Amino acid sequence: MLRIEGIQKSFGGFMAVNGANLGVQKGEIVAVIGPNGAGKTTLFNLITGIIKPDGGRVIFKEEEITGLPAYRICKKGMSRSFQVVNIFSRLTVFENVQIAVLSRHGKTFNLFTPSRKLLIEETSDILQSVGLTDKGRSVSGSLSHGDQKALEIAIALGGHPELLILDEPTAGLSPEETIRCIDLIKRLSADLGLTILFCEHDMELVFAIANRIMVMVRGKSIIQGLPADVRCNREVQDAYLGESESGVCLA
Amino acid sequence: MATLNIRGKESWLVPILFILLLVFPLVLTRFYTYLLALIFVSGLAAMSLNLVLGYGGIYQFHHAVFYGVGAYGAALTITKLGYSPWIGFLVGPLLAAFISLVMGAICVRLSKLYFGMLQISLGSLVWAIVYRWYSFTGGDDGIHGVSMPDLIGSTTGSYYFTLLVTAACLIAMYLIVKSPFGSALQGIRDNPVRSEAVGVNVKLHQLVALVIAGFFAGVAGVLFIVVDNSAFPDMLFWTLSLEILIMCLLGGWLTFLGPMLGAAMMVALRTFASTFTEYWTLIQGIILMLVIIFLPEGVLGYVNAKFKQLGNLASGGKA
Ligand SMILES: Nc1ncnc2c1ncn2[C@@H]1O[C@H](COP(=O)(O)OP(=O)(O)OP(=O)(O)O)[C@@H](O)[C@H]1O
Ligand SMILES: [Mg+2]
Repeated sequence: MLRIEGIQKSFGGFMAVNGANLGVQKGEIVAVIGPNGAGKTTLFNLITGIIKPDGGRVIFKEEEITGLPAYRICKKGMSRSFQVVNIFSRLTVFENVQIAVLSRHGKTFNLFTPSRKLLIEETSDILQSVGLTDKGRSVSGSLSHGDQKALEIAIALGGHPELLILDEPTAGLSPEETIRCIDLIKRLSADLGLTILFCEHDMELVFAIANRIMVMVRGKSIIQGLPADVRCNREVQDAYLGESESGVCLA
Repeated sequence: MATLNIRGKESWLVPILFILLLVFPLVLTRFYTYLLALIFVSGLAAMSLNLVLGYGGIYQFHHAVFYGVGAYGAALTITKLGYSPWIGFLVGPLLAAFISLVMGAICVRLSKLYFGMLQISLGSLVWAIVYRWYSFTGGDDGIHGVSMPDLIGSTTGSYYFTLLVTAACLIAMYLIVKSPFGSALQGIRDNPVRSEAVGVNVKLHQLVALVIAGFFAGVAGVLFIVVDNSAFPDMLFWTLSLEILIMCLLGGWLTFLGPMLGAAMMVALRTFASTFTEYWTLIQGIILMLVIIFLPEGVLGYVNAKFKQLGNLASGGKA
C-alpha cells in the first residue's frame, strides 16, 4: 500500500533522513523504531507532505505522491497524528474532530449550512471510539495531556483513512492510558481493517502489536522484518545496546 | 466561542436592541442619529476585518483599503459614470472584493507578519493611486455631494437604510462564521499545519475569507457614502486601518459582536473627547493600553467570561 524508496531530507547540511526505505502492506501494523533523533518524525513528515523531500520517492496505492502538499495527500486516504500535541486549541473537542470529518466530505467551502447540523453522527462515533464522548463540549486546549493524545488520534480518524500514521501515540501517557491506547490501535486494525504505521519508544508495545518492524538509525533504515528477526539482529543490538552487550536479543 | 450569540441565553437581547435602534431616530436629534449610523458603518468595517483577523488569524493590517475602495467604487460609479446610486451600491462591494482577491492572491503566500507587511505596502499603493489621480478621484479633495435616492436622502432615511443593511450583513457573517467554512477558518487560525494535515487547503480558504471580508468592508464603505454623501482618501489611509484594528482589540476580537462594541466606544470617544480636548488621540491611546493590560480579550471577551462564570456558579458545576 505504501512504498518509500531512498527518501532523503537535510536540514542545513544535516542529513536528518538519509536514504530510508519502507514498505507497508494493506492491513498490516508496521512499527518504526530507532533512538532519539533517528529521523522517525521527519520520515513521517516526508510521507505525509508536511515537508518536502530532497530526494527519493513515496508511492501510495501505486501512485507517486512525492512532494505533494499535505492536504492533497490526506485526501488520498492517509491521515496522521502528531508526536507533540497538535490540535485546534481554542475549539471544542467535538469541533476539532468535526473539522477533519467536514474536510474529508469536501464541505469546508460550504458557507451557509450551520456546522452544528452536519456530520454529527460520524463525529460522535469517532469521539466514542477514543473515549472522549463526555468531553465533546470542552475546549480542547484545557484537556489533560492524556485526553489530548486521544484527541490527536480522533482527529486523524476524522479523515477516515485507509492508512493511519501515528507518531508516538503513547508518549507521556500513564500506564493505564497506554493500555487503552494499545487496545484502540488493535481495535482499529481488527475492526475497521485500517493499515497502521506508527513509531514508538516503548519496546513492549511495539513487540505486542506490530506485524513488522523497521529500524531507523541516524536517518537510515537498517532493517525491516518480522519482530523475531529484528529482535536478534546484530546491527539493531549495536544501535540500541552498544557494541559490548551484543549477542542477546532485545526485549 | 461567542457567548453573546443569537442562540444563547441572552438571545432576547437581540430583538430588543433592534427595536430600540428602530425607534431611536424618533427621539434622538439628527446629530445623534447621524452618529449612530456612523457607528454601524465603522462597526461593520471592524467586523469584516475580524472575520479574517479574529476568526482567521490573518494579520490584515491594512483593511481600510477595501472600505475606501467600496466607497470610491460607489461614488465614482454615481458621479463620474452617471449610473443610478443603486448600481453604485453594488459596484462598490464587488470592486472591493475584486481588489481583495488580487491583493490576497499576492499576499497569502506569506505568513503572519510578512503577510501584514506586504499587505500594508500594497494597500498604500492603492491609497497613492486614489490620492494622486486627481482628474478621476478628485485627489485629496475627495468626492462630495454624491446624490442619493429620495428614499434614503434624509438623515432618518439613511439611518434606517444603514441599520437594515448592517443587520443583513451581520446575519450573513454570523451564518458564515457558524458554517463549515467558518469552522475550517477557525481551525486554520488555531493550527494551520494541522489543518493542512486533515486535508484543508489553507491558502485557498484564507483567500476566500479575504475576499468575503473585502466585500463586507466594501459594503461599509458604501454605507458611509449613504450617511455622509462623500468619500475622501483618508478612508483608505493606514491610520484608519489602525483605528479599525483597535476597534476589534478593544471590543474583543474573539467574540462576534466585539468589534461593533469597539466601534461604538471609539466613535463615542472621538466625538465627545474631541469636544473637550484636542488630545483625544492621547486619551484613546491610554484607554487602549488599559484595556490591553486588564482585558486582553477586549471588553466583550471579558463580559463573556464573566457570564460563563456566573452560569457555572448558577448551575453549581465546575466547567
Ligand atoms: N525542522 C528541522 N530543522 C532542523 N533540524 C531538524 C528539524 N526537524 C528535525 N531536525 C533534526 O533531525 C533529526 C531527526 O529528528 P526527528 O524528530 O525526525 O527524530 P525522531 O526519530 O522523531 O526523534 P524522537 O524519537 O526524539 O522523536 C534530529 O537531530 C533533529 O534535531
Ligand atoms: Mg519524533
